[in-house]
Amino acid sequence: MNIIVCIKRVPLTQEVDLEIDELRKGVKKDALAYVINDWDNYAIEEAVLLQEKFGGTVTAITIGDEDDEEILRRALAMGADKSIRIEAGERELDGFTISKILAKTIRDLDYDLIMTGVQADDDNAAMVGIMLAEELGLSHAAVVTGMEPEGNAATIRVELEGGMDEISKIKLPSLLTIQTGINDPRYVSIMGIRKARKKELVVINVEDLGLSEDDLAQRTMIEEVFLPPETEGAEMIEGDPSSVAGQIIQIMKEKGVSI
Amino acid sequence: MGEIFVVVEHRKGEIREITFEMLFKARELCRTSSHNLTALLLGGKDQGFVNNLAKWADRVIAFEDNRLEVFNADLYKEILNRLILEHTPFLTFIGHTSWGMDLAPALSIKTGFPLATDCVDIQTEDGRPIVTRQIYSGKLFSKVSFKESPGYLVTVRPGAFLPPDGVEKNPGEIMMQELPSDLTEPEKEFIEFVDTGAGEIDITQAELLVSIGRGVGEEENIATIKELADLMGATLSCSRPVVDKNWLPKYHQVGTSGKSVKPKVYLALGISGAFQHVAGITGAGTVIAINKDRKAPIFRVADYGISDDLFKVADALKAEF
Ligand SMILES: Cc1cc2nc3c(=O)[nH]c(=O)nc-3n(C[C@H](O)[C@H](O)[C@H](O)COP(=O)(O)OP(=O)(O)OC[C@H]3O[C@@H](n4cnc5c(N)ncnc54)[C@H](O)[C@@H]3O)c2cc1C
Ligand SMILES: Nc1ncnc2c1ncn2[C@@H]1O[C@H](COP(=O)(O)O)[C@@H](O)[C@H]1O
Repeated sequence: MNIIVCIKRVPLTQEVDLEIDELRKGVKKDALAYVINDWDNYAIEEAVLLQEKFGGTVTAITIGDEDDEEILRRALAMGADKSIRIEAGERELDGFTISKILAKTIRDLDYDLIMTGVQADDDNAAMVGIMLAEELGLSHAAVVTGMEPEGNAATIRVELEGGMDEISKIKLPSLLTIQTGINDPRYVSIMGIRKARKKELVVINVEDLGLSEDDLAQRTMIEEVFLPPETEGAEMIEGDPSSVAGQIIQIMKEKGVSI
Repeated sequence: MGEIFVVVEHRKGEIREITFEMLFKARELCRTSSHNLTALLLGGKDQGFVNNLAKWADRVIAFEDNRLEVFNADLYKEILNRLILEHTPFLTFIGHTSWGMDLAPALSIKTGFPLATDCVDIQTEDGRPIVTRQIYSGKLFSKVSFKESPGYLVTVRPGAFLPPDGVEKNPGEIMMQELPSDLTEPEKEFIEFVDTGAGEIDITQAELLVSIGRGVGEEENIATIKELADLMGATLSCSRPVVDKNWLPKYHQVGTSGKSVKPKVYLALGISGAFQHVAGITGAGTVIAINKDRKAPIFRVADYGISDDLFKVADALKAEF
């Protein structure tokens, strides 16, 4: 079973005061630490588990700059066999153009399954995976929490809202967007990443893919980013922990909790 | 004058809330831009949805066929693609739900109409939509415009537009349609629904919930918070990452893919406040959030906030008992 996994490197933004850049179209990135998108980490693990069971190859792909190779090497250390980075230079990309670039890169590769994350932790769009599926004319499912291949089909579990899953059967080749919690991603050591340097990492320039300017034209444009309105929000309780604790208990009692 | 389409989402014989939220928001847009509102129903035979939908829309286009009783992205995208190309609606609304995430991006490619997902506001400016969405899990907002196109697609965040009671109006027209005879055989086949919610404890009945998020840091730390919950007579609940890491069983999870809870007080420890989590606590009486990050989105929905290390506050709370 040959599997392709699309992955993205995203900034860690919890516990960080995000600053908006001069153009007001993004955040200042220099001070941010980057990691593999959480959803994509589960997708790689799932691909590697399937490969360990059924054989075949796992290829990790990212569209990004040289720094983003870090997550490709991480994927290789987890067990992926090959990796591809597509350099997009200064081009502004949206979900549509990303899916076009991925589709063009993947189209002639040999695969039975493509996996992406449900969503990227930066744009929270949940768009690229299913667009890519449609570009390639593949069957698809979103928010997948289980997958069991059987011949040229697979039984899959899709997570719905409200504590309900849907079990269905899907024809292969297909594209699945992987939800967190589907497996328990393995630990990756620095040693492992260093060793993975021996594995294949191919760099392709987006300009060499033969995409038209129309394919590379964004369909949605960020006009402006802004901090959430400060109007609503919690009443902040200040003070040292013990006075805070006292106030919390006071509030609980006022709200009729029996403690 | 154009049209706004709303794709009806239903499950197990019920129209889902997101449908009415979309109809409500679409109606507001129709009023200011003089578009017509059309609800698109792809459903099973005689599920009794059309009359209810007609109260909300100027017309209902309905396909009733047992192949459509359960959502199927393959059938939905093919039928909707034909309808959209035939009617060229200015805007098409789809829920930002699991099913919507499987449908909307594919439909965007098929129709060639641009898509913006998970919108929390939708307006029109100079004849084009302009939407507001959240990025970085709600830490920032962004305004997004579209490349010019005959029509546009949006997916709508559940809970973003809550219709007040009594917004239904005079019934619109109902147009029953036959499924095209040349539909492609779907590549995905539904087998069954499985309930994943049940477990040893029922967090939906608790009057006090102590809820932990990824901020708890390590599995070992959960015992500390469990002790606190026991001392307070509270029930322990959590956000999704805690379940993903197998630190607590699924039935503790609060949120869209977990449970909706309604305690008198919800104490959130180290939870950032992503919408999928917050959607589960709209029924809570009072929300108190403790988070190191003063800018965490949870503080926008909490009643009281403490910007501090959760363990410091937890220890101080323990000392009160
Ligand atoms: C389809 C779908 C369904 C989903 N369903 C759900 C769902 O049902 N429920 C759910 O919860 N999520 C759900 N999610 C995930 C959701 O998007 C978020 O990823 C998740 O809620 C984040 O959990 P968190 O707040 O615990 O972690 P994070 O977002 O990582 O936040 C951790 C927080 O802890 C704070 N913190 C860290 N250390 C400390 C400390 N020592 N003291 C105090 N604060 C600290 C940080 O500042 C941060 O704000 C879903 C996602 C998708 C795509
Ligand atoms: N630049 C990228 N390179 C490779 N894969 C990507 C890229 N951006 C998004 N993806 C994939 O698409 C998924 C969904 O991203 P998004 O639609 O941006 O929320 C991610 O989890 C990745 O698997």
